[in-house]
Amino acid sequence: MSEFELDSHAPKGPLQDRWKQHKFNSRVVSPANRKKYTVIVVGTGLAGASAAASLGEMGYKVKTFCFQDSPRRAHSIAAQGGINAAKNYQNDGDSVWRLFYDTIKGGDFRARESNVFRLAELSTSIIDQAVAQGVPFAREYSGYLANRSFGGAQVSRTFYARGQTGQQLLLGAYQAMSRQIAAGSVTHRSRCEMQDLIMDGDRAIGIVTRDLVTGELESHLADCVVLCTGGYSNAFYLSTNAKGCNASAIWRAHKKGALFANPCFTQIHPTCIPQQGELQSKLTLMSESLRNDGRVWAPKNKADADKRPEDIAEADRDYFLERIYPSFGNLVPRDIASRAVKQICDEGRGVGAEIDGRKLGVYLDFADAIRNQGLEAVREKYGNLFEMYQRITAEDPYQTPMRIYPAVHYTMGGLWVDYNLMTSIDGLFAGGEANFSDHGANRLGASALMQGLADGYFILPTTVSDYLARRKPIKTEQYQSQANAAIEEAQSRINRLMNAPDASVTADDFHRQLGQILWHACGMARERDTLLSAIDKIRALRDEFWHKVKITGEAEQLNQTLERAGRVADFFELAELMCLDALDREESCGCHAREEHLTEDGEARRNDMDYSYVAAWQYSGDISKPALFREYLHFDFVRPSIRNYQ
Amino acid sequence: MIFKLNIWRQQGPEAKGFFEAHEVDASEDSSFLEMLDALNENLILAGKDPVAFDFDCREGICGSCNLVINGTPHGKHKATTTCQQYMRDYVDDKELWIEPWRATAFPVIKDLIVDRSSFDRIIQSGGYIPIRTGSACEANTLPIEKEVADRAFDAATCIGCGACVAVCPNASATLFVAAKVAHLSTLPQGQMDKDRPARLLKAMEDEGFGSCSNYRECERVCPKEIKVTTITKMNRFLYRSG
Repeated sequence: MSEFELDSHAPKGPLQDRWKQHKFNSRVVSPANRKKYTVIVVGTGLAGASAAASLGEMGYKVKTFCFQDSPRRAHSIAAQGGINAAKNYQNDGDSVWRLFYDTIKGGDFRARESNVFRLAELSTSIIDQAVAQGVPFAREYSGYLANRSFGGAQVSRTFYARGQTGQQLLLGAYQAMSRQIAAGSVTHRSRCEMQDLIMDGDRAIGIVTRDLVTGELESHLADCVVLCTGGYSNAFYLSTNAKGCNASAIWRAHKKGALFANPCFTQIHPTCIPQQGELQSKLTLMSESLRNDGRVWAPKNKADADKRPEDIAEADRDYFLERIYPSFGNLVPRDIASRAVKQICDEGRGVGAEIDGRKLGVYLDFADAIRNQGLEAVREKYGNLFEMYQRITAEDPYQTPMRIYPAVHYTMGGLWVDYNLMTSIDGLFAGGEANFSDHGANRLGASALMQGLADGYFILPTTVSDYLARRKPIKTEQYQSQANAAIEEAQSRINRLMNAPDASVTADDFHRQLGQILWHACGMARERDTLLSAIDKIRALRDEFWHKVKITGEAEQLNQTLERAGRVADFFELAELMCLDALDREESCGCHAREEHLTEDGEARRNDMDYSYVAAWQYSGDISKPALFREYLHFDFVRPSIRNYQ
Repeated sequence: MIFKLNIWRQQGPEAKGFFEAHEVDASEDSSFLEMLDALNENLILAGKDPVAFDFDCREGICGSCNLVINGTPHGKHKATTTCQQYMRDYVDDKELWIEPWRATAFPVIKDLIVDRSSFDRIIQSGGYIPIRTGSACEANTLPIEKEVADRAFDAATCIGCGACVAVCPNASATLFVAAKVAHLSTLPQGQMDKDRPARLLKAMEDEGFGSCSNYRECERVCPKEIKVTTITKMNRFLYRSG
């Protein structure tokens, strides 16, 4: 693997023709032969369910797996705000080119032009598809589809279903997949978690799973494997992800040879409900759409931080986003907004509960919106979000401003994939948040749903077909020894977890400690010495984990403690790679703010001369010594500029 | 704060279940499930098997969590899933009784976890609009009255948690079925499939759910406030199709 060559296989030629040309150049499998091929899809969120539904209706034999009790519960369901598409229904000058440019710029010029253009191009078909499936998007009184604006864009191109867009899109994909299950083309397993990849030499030919109810390990062989298993925000312990979200599938693939790209690109979402207590299990996000009408502010004077917000005079309030970024105001991209909030709180102007002696929160105020648009209009747009806030904090945002603070929310990094969404392992594809492909160093709001569905409905069906068309269907009986070896490997790992020599600490306890280290060293601000010491701490804590993790109950039955411990074990390894990647990237870009590389105003200072590349890491056999491969980025259609939202 | 708990323990589907008493110290700002997390960490450290329960998003949208708290599915706070219950609402309760959903079609897997795959099979029987990927027409060629779209949305917010079944004396899933029918059949795209209500209801019966006899308990506990008017609506579609 050392002479490994990193080729994105991105087509050449005019940007707007590349995907069309590529589709034409791709081979297809004749309908009669499709049922001879088996495709495994792991993870059934937006990307996985849409890929499974589409591949199933094409006629392939599809096997899907999810750890939840139903595909309808994947974490895509929690996406609130919306989905972007370059429909230009608002006649405000939007186009595929503009969405492409906004996305490339939003990602701080750290994504591939070809991929991002394709994403923008496919965005419009996603809306058509979803509407035909019965996704009840918001509509105007005319009966036509409504849009709203979202961070990082000056046009209104976000389609939404109240604050539950992810839910409605996921149900659309889930229902499409259910139809294929009924038709017999998709076989689905819930409560079944991937443990490892089965390899034949350099090629992926299946997976090992653990039945989470019986504890049984099983092998599944296939002609190719598609991982749509989401992101790794939960490495930080506290994040807005669902509790079950984990990196195990992509991490085990990484250890079998798949390169991991840009692991340090993790998005911090500015508008989350601040942490309230030490034993809190997760953070809750408030949709970015709230920034359309809410105004972010903090007290001008530290002395006012303890006052009730109503008692702080208008003149003593600092609407800092509007002050620093007059043209985008409260709608600056997520990374910019998050850093500004952090800076205000670091200055001691934060509000709300004290955690570790610091007040971490600023206000998001709807008083003006309610005054100008009326209570009903605000309720119509954000009613369910306001209710959720009130339930969690016992405060009424119609009466008093919300308090918000940034939290880890999404990971732009993930398995390295080429233009076909194939990883560096032959026959292993990655879609949705599990890959690194489209968002560069920062994802714009309402782009995650777009990417997951573009991958699943439109890209993977084409590229997986092309891959299969070049091969004969595998004969599964030839690979039993590989399958058995992989099962044995998974079994010995479980045995090791169940039998730690000095079992005395819970997996959650370890996870909380890991999260603290990672948040301070590899969160909103990164700096060389902190990263170096974090790496040492992670290594030491990882050793301690394998020595002391305590799991009760049996491995041969439902055991949620064992499930969690297995995931935490993988986070421990991934966390180190995140820090190593953050250390390597001696620049600031998008979400990645290196203290050494900020302007005097605290803005990111990118270094295009030296760092205009995708950092793709290869497992070398030693977690602490990964090999770095660089995919240099070429910009032929846009000129990387300094991101200026002022 | 110290809370007294009586928690349903059951090793497996065939095993006999029982209530197990525990005490746990939890802050009133912690969520109900965080209180159980704290209990479980103590149990693990004491070398005991922790209480198994379903959860995932912990923000009330995935539909995983499902506890009957003091006799009410999802607990006392209205229009709220179990994960969004906070202990501050339970400070006056001397004892908490925590049980799984109970219904023939939701067999217990372990402790508080039940098997809800019957809901998936109901959706598979016709809870979709059959459209092939890539064959959709331009989205705005089909205007839909805002009021119609809003009504479809209200029904579509069902999270498939099963509280409606857990509370129903007949263990009926009619509200779940009706929500899907009202979502899809209200929209012009979904009106072609006239048999949807009949197929979904048959699947519901085949799975062992009871039928609706208008207790209307489901509406009371639904965390998404799906109304029983969706059932009326489904019945109208049902008779039209015949």
